[in-house]
Amino acid sequence: MTGVLRGISRLLCAALAVLLVSGPAHAVDPIELADPALQERYRALSHELRCMQCQNQSIADSPVGLAGDLRREVRELLVAGKTDAEVRSFMQERYGDFILFRPAFTARTAWLWAAPVVLLALGLFVAVRVIRKRASVVDEDDVVPGEEGASR
Amino acid sequence: MKRFLLPLGLFGLLVVVLAVGIQRAPEKSVIRSALLGKPAPQFVLPVLGREGVFDSSSLRGRWYLLNVWGTWCAECRAEHEMLLEIRRSGVVPVVGLNWKDQDAAATDWLQELGDPYEVVALDREGRTAIDWGVYGAPETFLVDPMGTVIHKHVGPLNPEIWQRDFLSRLPAPRPAGAS
Repeated sequence: MTGVLRGISRLLCAALAVLLVSGPAHAVDPIELADPALQERYRALSHELRCMQCQNQSIADSPVGLAGDLRREVRELLVAGKTDAEVRSFMQERYGDFILFRPAFTARTAWLWAAPVVLLALGLFVAVRVIRKRASVVDEDDVVPGEEGASR
Repeated sequence: MKRFLLPLGLFGLLVVVLAVGIQRAPEKSVIRSALLGKPAPQFVLPVLGREGVFDSSSLRGRWYLLNVWGTWCAECRAEHEMLLEIRRSGVVPVVGLNWKDQDAAATDWLQELGDPYEVVALDREGRTAIDWGVYGAPETFLVDPMGTVIHKHVGPLNPEIWQRDFLSRLPAPRPAGAS
């Protein structure tokens, strides 16, 4: 009895997992390329390109017409033997750096890439200073342990 | 008291940065075209209302507007009167790029509202629109006689935008009598 129940729940879990993983992806983009290697590159590339109409989605996730047209363009370029870099620059030439979720490091995008590092360094610098300061306050207390007791 | 000065100052700075960001948001949401200063993409497309094709290279040697529109686009209706006005003024010819539309619907639209276009090229599959980096109709490009993209406007045209962003970039009209 328990074995049967366990079997059923396992089946349900598996079905749920399949639904969770495959549901949304297929709803938007039902087309698969015949060549698995191309399909994988197509999948990766279409997640790297921004949907210009909905801006916070990739063209892989967006159901709008233009995203579909751009996916078609990516498929055709890949099938025609273009490299990933060539597909990216095809899009960049037409839509600018904005279409790439990971734009190339150029003079124009340098601040974009540098900002997280600079902010992190700044944060670390401030944190170290605050910690040092606190530590030195504690040290002074250690030097005159009597005062703490006296002030109580 | 003094120890609050730095955090307070930083907070003030943040407020200023965010306020400027919010005020400039409407223009920031418009993405600068990657085509500005570059050669206008070439196309050969079927034409609305007649046989044969339209080759964009025939536009060489003169200024023109390329207006991307579709009957499914509500904002296009909003700018239609402005396009008719431009046609009447005769300042610059308007080439229509009918984007992913039904030919019959486009014909009806022009019959009903008036036709501001010198020619309407039919981009039924949306490939030419991609070459031009179009992401939402209406979009209007200004191209110079060398075939260079000078300006792009996203959204409906109105007299203010026309004056500020287009007429100011076009050469001043030649005085009557001059060749």
